[in-house]
Amino acid sequence: MKGYFGPIFAILAKDVLLELRTKDILVSVVVFALLVIVIFNFALDPTPNAVAMVAPGILWVAFTFGGVLGLNRSFALEKERGNLHGLMLAPIGRDAVYFGKFLGNFLFMVIVEAVIYPVFAVLFNLPLLVPGFIPVALLATLGIAAVGTMFSAMAVNTRSREVMLPVLFFPVVVPIIVAAVEATGVLIRGDASADLTRWVPFMAVFDAIFLVVCPAAFAMIIEE
Amino acid sequence: MTNPSTVESAIRIQGVQKAFGRTPILRGVDLEIPWGQVLTLLGANGSGKTTLIKIIATLTKADSGRVVVGGMDTSSRGPGVRRLLGVVTHDAFLYDDLSGRENLRFFAKMFGLDRVDECVESVTEKVGMTDRLDQKVGNLSHGMKKRFSIARALLHDPLILLMDEPESGLDQAALRLLDAVISDQENPVRSVLMTTHDLERGLELGQRLAILANGRIAYHQSLDDVGVDVVREAYAKYTGPPS
Repeated sequence: MKGYFGPIFAILAKDVLLELRTKDILVSVVVFALLVIVIFNFALDPTPNAVAMVAPGILWVAFTFGGVLGLNRSFALEKERGNLHGLMLAPIGRDAVYFGKFLGNFLFMVIVEAVIYPVFAVLFNLPLLVPGFIPVALLATLGIAAVGTMFSAMAVNTRSREVMLPVLFFPVVVPIIVAAVEATGVLIRGDASADLTRWVPFMAVFDAIFLVVCPAAFAMIIEE
Repeated sequence: MTNPSTVESAIRIQGVQKAFGRTPILRGVDLEIPWGQVLTLLGANGSGKTTLIKIIATLTKADSGRVVVGGMDTSSRGPGVRRLLGVVTHDAFLYDDLSGRENLRFFAKMFGLDRVDECVESVTEKVGMTDRLDQKVGNLSHGMKKRFSIARALLHDPLILLMDEPESGLDQAALRLLDAVISDQENPVRSVLMTTHDLERGLELGQRLAILANGRIAYHQSLDDVGVDVVREAYAKYTGPPS
């Protein structure tokens, strides 16, 4: 098992080290997501009653739009310097390369969300800690990163990759974004957990399906 | 698992075809490289040398045909094939923002090597880059990057080296190091497939020579069997006279 997981964690560690050096992804994504939240806050100026209704949508728009920026850079950095072929020359399955890149994308998205949420909570006058929000956010981010990693690898081979990724990615992740928005709404409003038991299993199933489908599809995508 | 070097050939290519869109690049390539031999592959620009290397290295899929490396079919045994290969191409496959050491450590881990630091220092010494090991790769010259790229390819002591115009950008000292790597006396089993435009280097380093023209192997000879003049004639015929 060490033989399988070793390269996956090597890719993750390499991506973290590169990010610490360049701050290419985190800074731009955090700034972008913050701008989205601030603009929505001023544009809508929500009343306390309206907050519970609009806040979950705004939060997930910021998370996913910021996420797309980061996902775009993820494979662009490999492709620009020809390093994708370097990864592909390793004596490991293509799925291991996928999982290495996926873990990096997931980690960066979680970090961005952890930075964004406190600002969002202050601007929208919400509690800093909403019980149950962390597992919901992690489940949704897992699915978004799983799908995004695959489409990022696909889009990187196209000329207009910055446009191509959102065009390919959003139609597929709409279900999990809807589920995340609904579940976050339930948590913010403090409703009974009945609705949550519908959305959380839905997100778990989405994650499970795409964590099986995407690595298999990835192998076909990256080989010319 | 069978020891790869006990099978008949290091690389066996049968009827490989590849087209990009409607443009055929390889139209049925057949080639065999025995263990322990250096094969120099010559060909004009656009003749498909790089594409062939990519197919052998499992970076690109052939449209049809079969490639067997160390007894393993590249289409079904990718990871096993890649473990046997060290690949040097036009791209260094190195991260500019990491140092040479960090890059080599990363690739050593990708190959699941045990004594990572020992391996890194040993290959760096081979390519004469020990004093640049902790410098960011992005700050190095093209030739120095190429040396680290060769070190990366040698990290796991591969049985087969695929080298696509490895001499480009190297100074005389580095060329001597490269020659030593290609004709490594410590590893008599190692096979090398090297593409080049430099016929003289090809003649000097290779035991076999092949010319790729019109998508096929137009000429393939052991250099023990033919005279240099015959090879020069064939080279001029298929790729134009040497400069």
